[in-house]
Amino acid sequence: MSTTVEAMGQRVGAMSAAELSSRPDSRATVGDVTVANPRMVCREVDVWYGSKQAIKGVSLDIGKNEVVSMIGPSGCGKSTFLRCLNRMNDTIDGCRVEGSIQLDGQDIYDKGLDPVPLRAQVGMVFQKPNPFPKSIYENVAYGPRIHGLTNNKAELDALVEASLRKAGLWNEVKDRLDQPGTGLSGGQQQRLCIARTIAVSPEVILMDEPCSALDPIATAIVEELIDELRANYSIAIVTHSMQQAARVSQRTAYFHMGDLIEVGETNEIFTNPRHKLTEDYITGRFG
Amino acid sequence: MHSSTLLILLLGLMALAYHFGRKRAISSAGGIARINTLHSLPAYYGLYAALWAGIPAMLLMALWSGFQNEILIAILKSELPPSLMDGLSTGQVGLMVNDIENLASGAIVSGSVTPEMQAVADRYAQLQRFADWAMWLAVLAIAVGGMGYAWSRTQPRMRARNRVENIFMVILVVFSSIAILTTLGIVLSVLFESLRFFQSISPLEFFFGTLWSPQTALRADQVGASGAFGAVPLFTGTLMVSAIAMLVAVPIGLMSAIYLSEYAPRRVRSLAKPTLEILAGVPTVVYGFFAALSVAPLIRELGMSMGFSVASESALAAGLVMGIMIIPFVSSLSEDVINAVPQAMRDGSYALGATQSETIWRVIIPAALPGIVGGILLAVSRAIGETMIVVMAAGLAANLTANPLDSVTTVTVQIVTLLTGDQEFDSPKTMAAFALGLTLFAVTLTLNVIALHIVRKYREQYE
Amino acid sequence: MNKPSSAGAPPRRAIDIVNASLKRRYARERRFRLIGLTAVVMGLLFVALLFADIIGKGHTAFQQTYIQLPLTFDAGLIDPKGTRDPETLRSANYNALIRAALRDVYPDVTERRDIRALGSMFSVGAPSQLRDRILANPDLIGTTQEVWLLADDDIDMLIKGYIDRDLPESERRVKDRTVEWVERLEAEGRIEKRFNTIFFTHGTSREPELAGIAGALMGTFYTLVLTLLLSFPIGVGAAVYLEEFAPRNRWTDLIEVNINNLAAVPSVIFGLLGLAVFIGLFGVPRSTPLVASLVLSLMTLPIMIIASRAALKSVPPSIREAALGVGASPLQTQFHHVLPLAMPGMLTGAIIGMAHALGETAPLLMIGMIAFIVDIPSGFTDAATVLPVQIFLWADSPERAFVERTSAAIMVLLAFLILMNLAAVLLRRRFERRW
Repeated sequence: MSTTVEAMGQRVGAMSAAELSSRPDSRATVGDVTVANPRMVCREVDVWYGSKQAIKGVSLDIGKNEVVSMIGPSGCGKSTFLRCLNRMNDTIDGCRVEGSIQLDGQDIYDKGLDPVPLRAQVGMVFQKPNPFPKSIYENVAYGPRIHGLTNNKAELDALVEASLRKAGLWNEVKDRLDQPGTGLSGGQQQRLCIARTIAVSPEVILMDEPCSALDPIATAIVEELIDELRANYSIAIVTHSMQQAARVSQRTAYFHMGDLIEVGETNEIFTNPRHKLTEDYITGRFG
Repeated sequence: MHSSTLLILLLGLMALAYHFGRKRAISSAGGIARINTLHSLPAYYGLYAALWAGIPAMLLMALWSGFQNEILIAILKSELPPSLMDGLSTGQVGLMVNDIENLASGAIVSGSVTPEMQAVADRYAQLQRFADWAMWLAVLAIAVGGMGYAWSRTQPRMRARNRVENIFMVILVVFSSIAILTTLGIVLSVLFESLRFFQSISPLEFFFGTLWSPQTALRADQVGASGAFGAVPLFTGTLMVSAIAMLVAVPIGLMSAIYLSEYAPRRVRSLAKPTLEILAGVPTVVYGFFAALSVAPLIRELGMSMGFSVASESALAAGLVMGIMIIPFVSSLSEDVINAVPQAMRDGSYALGATQSETIWRVIIPAALPGIVGGILLAVSRAIGETMIVVMAAGLAANLTANPLDSVTTVTVQIVTLLTGDQEFDSPKTMAAFALGLTLFAVTLTLNVIALHIVRKYREQYE
Repeated sequence: MNKPSSAGAPPRRAIDIVNASLKRRYARERRFRLIGLTAVVMGLLFVALLFADIIGKGHTAFQQTYIQLPLTFDAGLIDPKGTRDPETLRSANYNALIRAALRDVYPDVTERRDIRALGSMFSVGAPSQLRDRILANPDLIGTTQEVWLLADDDIDMLIKGYIDRDLPESERRVKDRTVEWVERLEAEGRIEKRFNTIFFTHGTSREPELAGIAGALMGTFYTLVLTLLLSFPIGVGAAVYLEEFAPRNRWTDLIEVNINNLAAVPSVIFGLLGLAVFIGLFGVPRSTPLVASLVLSLMTLPIMIIASRAALKSVPPSIREAALGVGASPLQTQFHHVLPLAMPGMLTGAIIGMAHALGETAPLLMIGMIAFIVDIPSGFTDAATVLPVQIFLWADSPERAFVERTSAAIMVLLAFLILMNLAAVLLRRRFERRW
């Protein structure tokens, strides 16, 4: 199985949606999963938790400078899929990933590939803000320190400031960098986590329902931030809120029971869904 | 006439009271058919009677046997013929009373027996017999009286169940208060004797003196009769042994906790963890034996071969073995706090591309630090209070030294040494043990309170 | 938007820097892992060492050396009047029988010093061994039998190889002459190692070959029974009150703080308490299982209470609500429904508490359990000692033969502890219930 998938990975760029949907054992995805300028390319990804299959043959591209949102009812596998993209699933016992996921043409599940530098390239922001129990400064400086990104204190200071500025947090915390990150409000904590991720200069940022624990005002600030970040990064965001998906993303992917049902321009998906399940979901018939 | 016989008799009476109480309830209701006119089940009336028969009698019995001897001795002392008391110090009178007691019970007596003493002893034995009889009578009378009271109160409208339950509730409250009574007993017993000790030896000398030699005086006018009670060598000895123990236990315990909880495959973990915990279940006397007969000679040989002079009872041997004993203590406490660090912290770190050891060192350990420190403080308190290992392996010489190859002594060793063997209650030697006990109790209690507080705060943080 | 480079970050791509440092970071990772593994291995090694040391020293104590001697039960020495009166038989001089037998076997040994050395090859308990035989079977009087007699501990040590025969005589406890005799006896097959029944059936003794753990075992038994009887009901009662009935107030808080702290008070302090309060104030007789169990009960009480409360917590509230719902009183609810369900957990706690009490030594030293007591106790108020204290006393004895006996006693103690913990684990497995 794995050899065929790798072989498929080789000619992935040339493969059309019609070709992909001809695979018998997974549900055909409606819409074009490919983009012109891909950063990450996923083909026929299966994920198993023990004997339970959580993701069934999902193919999706994530383009440069775009925000892809993944929506779908609870337990549809969207978060699981997201965690495959920087191999965070490695930390879960009994989780098995098949298929091919490439970052800039390199298979990230390749035997020789090291998840440590991968995660430096593909950062992740979690559902619940999880600042380390350290100062605000140390939270942001953590990544650069472990990777040795800076040569001296001045550089590190500058990098921390730049990251906090990019996360739109600098003005709020510049006077209390030595205070614990856990003392910030929920929205500030989440932006701190984003700043922490940015500090290691990733190419892709994965966001797993980054606003679900935040109030509406904090959510608006984070959404604005996501839009700004698009200029430099590729972003994949899992969200429960269809409005959020509509506001922040250029493309939207709809997941259902481990299948990728439909992918398309966000406008298209929300105004003119082609698949019955997508339509039912966005019109609120279930979810 | 054993008091346990009386206890068994009382239990029998209680069973009888139960039977009659139950019978009486049924008959007062007008037979088994009309039993539903009773407020409670008949068994509760029985229990009610049994409790009335047993509890007051048992309380009286406990009080009586607790104080009988004190009172008898007081009577005896007041009746002692002046010819016997002539020119004796209070301590010597105490010794003599002891002799008289032994004489009366037919045990071996230390001094020679004069006819006068024999007479007093006979009188004492007579008093004792009388008191025993009186106790039997009084206890049985109270038991029967209680039974009678319950009998007279038994009627259908009496709320027997509620009454019985109230009594049980009181018993439960008393049971749960025993913990407080124990602490109170500890504090009072060590405090009382310590205060008496500090009347003869100044606290300044005790806490800052550097000479410890608590020999007993045989005569009042003996040179150096009061001995020397400077406890500093004991404190330094205790600290040294504990420090060695912590140097062994903390790195090994902490690192094995980290390895087992973060790295080890499940199978290894499920085997290694219980095996390590065996160390916690081994009695301390076994460690003492191991330290004294295996480790100490080994260290001595090793040291000798390298040209050091090593005492046969070195602080190093005791400390090492004590460290081994504390390893599972440190490792299980650390593992608990490490596991309490939320997975989100680990995820956050891994998502930034940290390796496992970086995550552990820079995120998990700092996050778990308060809990780990609390655990280590508990371990230190354990090490300070540990007795058998040092008694068997650390020796008695109160050396003020910083050399771990020397022999040192500790607070606990001295407590045990001063209080085992022949002793009299009033000598400074005995009371010194209580003063040491007070110091030990105060230090360990402080450590425990601080440690438990830190650990609780830590847990609340992640709950 | 600031580019990282404009903010002072290095000009190279971050990922290149990351990749460049990986080798060093992984070396650190491996080192860290290795240190962790070393720590675990060291811990396991200590366990292995401890057990190997104890078993290595102690396993030989389960055998005891006996020497065979052709011995005439001379009627003139045992029962000159021929009355077969048990009193006469009991008080006869059996030592003389052994001496006579030795004279026959070693006619060439005439010097007084050598004769004494010959006699000291046998235990001082050998004559009473003969006495017991005669008392059991008086018909032996007048006959000559090959009898196996208990050897002295020095001979025992020599046979077991603890005394090096190649050492110069001056450094050896057993002299050359005796070694010669022993080697001759060995060659004739007159020396044998047998299962050491004395170790399990006798009380302690100053003579290693006559010392056993029966007295200590009985003392331990009485002490533990009484400790269980005292601490289990009190512990369960206190747990029920604190968990189910206690109002949240200062008093309850005080009790809780107290229980947690008592669990961490050094055991030696409890000895002080026992000495001052139980012996000093209440006049409980010292050196008895009674006073020992009072002290141990107070020590195990916190363990009992904490375990019992955990067991009560695991009973779901729905059970209580169901019982209260059909009109049971709160106490009836406890006794009829909650306690039976919590009982396995409480019993597990009780076993673990008893295991603690079984191994405890320090506080008992101060309440007189350290006394030298030969007799096997037969009640709660008889003078007694307990197994761990016996171990402590033997460990202090200078005779070489006590080392192996101490180790053997430790093996017995550990065996009991392992059994108890095993029972606790099995009990927990058997009754573990998920609600």
